[in-house]
Amino acid sequence: MPTNLVVTDIKQVTIRFSGDSGDGMQLSGTLFSTLSAIFGNEIATFPDYPAEIRAPQGSLHGVSGFQVRIGSKDVYNSGDKTDVLVAMNPAALKVNAQHLKKGSIVLYDTDSFQKKDLDKAQFSTQDPFTELNLEHVQPIGVTITSMTKASLAESGLENKEMLRSKNMFALGIVCWLFNRPLEIADKLLEQKFFKKPKLVEANIKALTDGYNYGNNIHLTASTYRIDPIESGKGFYTDVNGNTATAYGLIAAAEKAGVQLFLGSYPITPATDILQELVKRKDFGVKALQMEDEIAGITSSLGASFAGCLAATSTSGPGLALKSEALGLAVMTELPLVVIDVQRSGPSTGMPTKSEQTDLNQALYGRNGESPLVVMAAASPTDCFEGAFEASKIALEHMTPVILLTDGYIANGSSAWKIPVMSDYPDIKPPYVQNHFNGDAGEWKPFLRDEKTLVRYWGIPGTPKYMHRIGGLEKDQLTGVISSNPENHQQMVDIRKQKIENIAGFIPEQEVMGDEDADTLIVGWGGTYGHLLEASLRIRAKGKKIAFTHFRYISPLPRNSYELLKKYKKVIIAEQNNGQFADYLSSMFPDLKNFQKYNRIEGQPFKVSELIEEFTKTMEEK
Amino acid sequence: MEATEIKYQKHLAKDYKSENPVRWCPGCGDYAILTCLHKALAELNIEPHDTAVISGIGCSSRLPYYMNTYGFHSIHGRAAAIATGVKVANPRLSVWVTTGDGDSLAIGGNHFIHSIRRNVDINILLFNNKIYGLTKGQYSPTSSRGFVSKSSPFGTVEEPFRPAELCFGARGTFFARAIDVDMKNQVEVMVEAARHKGTSVVEVLQNCVIFNDGIHNKISDRNWKADNTVTLKQGEKMLYGKESDKGIVLDGWNLKGVTIGEEGYTLDDVLVHDATTRDNTLQLKLALMDTSEGLPVALGVIRNVDEPTYERDYEKQIEETQKNAPQKSFTEFLLKSSNVWEVK
Repeated sequence: MPTNLVVTDIKQVTIRFSGDSGDGMQLSGTLFSTLSAIFGNEIATFPDYPAEIRAPQGSLHGVSGFQVRIGSKDVYNSGDKTDVLVAMNPAALKVNAQHLKKGSIVLYDTDSFQKKDLDKAQFSTQDPFTELNLEHVQPIGVTITSMTKASLAESGLENKEMLRSKNMFALGIVCWLFNRPLEIADKLLEQKFFKKPKLVEANIKALTDGYNYGNNIHLTASTYRIDPIESGKGFYTDVNGNTATAYGLIAAAEKAGVQLFLGSYPITPATDILQELVKRKDFGVKALQMEDEIAGITSSLGASFAGCLAATSTSGPGLALKSEALGLAVMTELPLVVIDVQRSGPSTGMPTKSEQTDLNQALYGRNGESPLVVMAAASPTDCFEGAFEASKIALEHMTPVILLTDGYIANGSSAWKIPVMSDYPDIKPPYVQNHFNGDAGEWKPFLRDEKTLVRYWGIPGTPKYMHRIGGLEKDQLTGVISSNPENHQQMVDIRKQKIENIAGFIPEQEVMGDEDADTLIVGWGGTYGHLLEASLRIRAKGKKIAFTHFRYISPLPRNSYELLKKYKKVIIAEQNNGQFADYLSSMFPDLKNFQKYNRIEGQPFKVSELIEEFTKTMEEK
Repeated sequence: MEATEIKYQKHLAKDYKSENPVRWCPGCGDYAILTCLHKALAELNIEPHDTAVISGIGCSSRLPYYMNTYGFHSIHGRAAAIATGVKVANPRLSVWVTTGDGDSLAIGGNHFIHSIRRNVDINILLFNNKIYGLTKGQYSPTSSRGFVSKSSPFGTVEEPFRPAELCFGARGTFFARAIDVDMKNQVEVMVEAARHKGTSVVEVLQNCVIFNDGIHNKISDRNWKADNTVTLKQGEKMLYGKESDKGIVLDGWNLKGVTIGEEGYTLDDVLVHDATTRDNTLQLKLALMDTSEGLPVALGVIRNVDEPTYERDYEKQIEETQKNAPQKSFTEFLLKSSNVWEVK
């Protein structure tokens, strides 16, 4: 450890690793955030990468970034602007220049800032920092490429392989800068490359040499320390939203005592859910990669018919393809969890970028009167809770549930206190044999619990309860197909009422902050961290503001109307053109206090912009 | 053949019949198929509650309503994918798909070929009447080139699918053919289809009495049936004709229908049927035989090969994984995963 170097204590820092899509920036970022979490910091990450797997080297559109914010506390999102940028080439500098804070450190690889590299990034001068008006930052040039090569000269690796460890050399410097213990990084690398001991050795060498280089030459005037959080006692791990979603499904299946089935088709950014669940054969999970999106949902519906907790995972374009089958799930009243990891649209849109534009599709995207449950997870770890609750509602209320997450929380990770499952509620599906005591004579497939209107579940293989279901309208008493006009009206009403009744089983909507404020900020889904921080910072300035974040969208919590009515101004902030705001207006047409805040850039909200906009709105007469 | 085998049957055909009145058009070929399925299930001794019949959309797909089993009448084309989910979820069930040429070869073509490729143990009864019946008479993907229908008033300008080719192209392990009016053969192939482990495709040549009446007459009419069809039996010579005096022989690379005793052909020249060879070249040629080329249409089980089934291999992976890593609770699993730290 340096003895004569200043160590400055800071509460939070935002770092962005940025380079070519083949530079290993995602790995550097993941390692740094995981080791920081293990070290005891709060973390929030934001992988921001292009859709192309390997774009042309050094080009602007090939820049891949991984942003992580770490802190002792109050890390609600991955941060607006960066304190430290690691730029492996000029393109990375150019793309991220606008996100640099005043005085931020830019660690860059001088070996890849030569004329040809600058040309690729379309610089017109040899001085990229001046050209980008970056007088306010501290550029620290390091010959990362050549020092990595020197570091690994004895490794016996090919030149190309050696260069792949550049990211580790850079990570070593960052670890030094923030006083991160290398032992944790070493262990993580051993786990990551356990099949390739030579790579483990090379990466640890480059990492250590990077660290020592920073230390030996006192690369900066000060290093920084971010103390561990004082979080609740218990065991922690770090998890991203997609993995947490997969875990939530596993936990729910365990609680319900049923088998978990997933029918899916690869689609960015939802594929990780499939990839996690196919690994979980230890839990008996049956996860199938089907031939298309439609087969993904229909195989799941078949598995649901056969008694599984059945789920399908997708993103917006896939949800569009699943619409007809979702209608079938509504009509047959079978439990089904549909996870839509929203991405930028319409059509193929920007597959790796996040937004909240599928809400209307989830609410309305089917033929016929086709009500179902729509929920949204708020953060990477909340994806676990969301998937668990969606499963519970689906199984207990015999309905499809759409759980909306998004690319930002699906790929972003944070520290997660490992849940103790005995603290979670039981899940009790309405099995027909539990209600009719084997007296099948009086049972018909669409007889319902009088209070909840939930029908009973008769599963193939169960003696005495053979029955037929399908997409045709059926008689409400006998379950036989029927096109009787009054019966259809009543069935439409029953299906709607059944979903509305679920409001009695979900918690009331809560308000954070100043309940007596004039202005209420309303959000839903993956923007929670940004909206929370914005409201806290507005309050810290001595202004009154309230904040509420919706997880249940259809049905809405039962106190929603009273809650929204109380405020003079209600700002509904979302990453679409106002889909939730319009939905609330349609539910509560007499409320005239709604204002919209909408950004659809495929990027997370910026807290600074939120504060500015909200404050302006609050101050308007 | 003498009926020497006496076996205990738990159920009669009527036990598989539901109370719902059957609502196909009078004279529709579907009635016979339904009756045959009832009989086949009785013969197979499968409990009605262990049976699931899945369908898509179309006349054929109304069949589950008439079964006293578990049934799922779903959406157009998707029955094979739904059935895949049912079977993988619960491999103990006997899973049947009833579908038509439009349902499985047009809108549901993708699920049809992929379930065959995966070899999920489901039985697909493909009712082929070469027409869209429920939408009142448009040509289907099995209608012949030039076929005139409401949606092809000048005749179609496209080639039809031949179901056997799709099945074989998707590496199908079981293919059989029957005619709706031939109840005996139909029950037999359904029983064989159920006994086969893997995706079984049974093409039933079915008559649509309203929109395509008589489309299969050349082979179903009793005056022509004997000369225009050959019922293939495992290990037996491919003989046909009213007097069983005709046979299928190999003529170079091609199949040829001959009369024994003519052109120098003897009984020894007639091919013996083997549905169990993995190589499907000859089976495909048999499946594609057509009267327009002077060959009888093949009926019976044409291909029946044992290959691993999807749901069984999937379960094996689970069993092996769980044997090597005994079942944990979800919390235990998380605690033992990598990157866990404790805050004390």
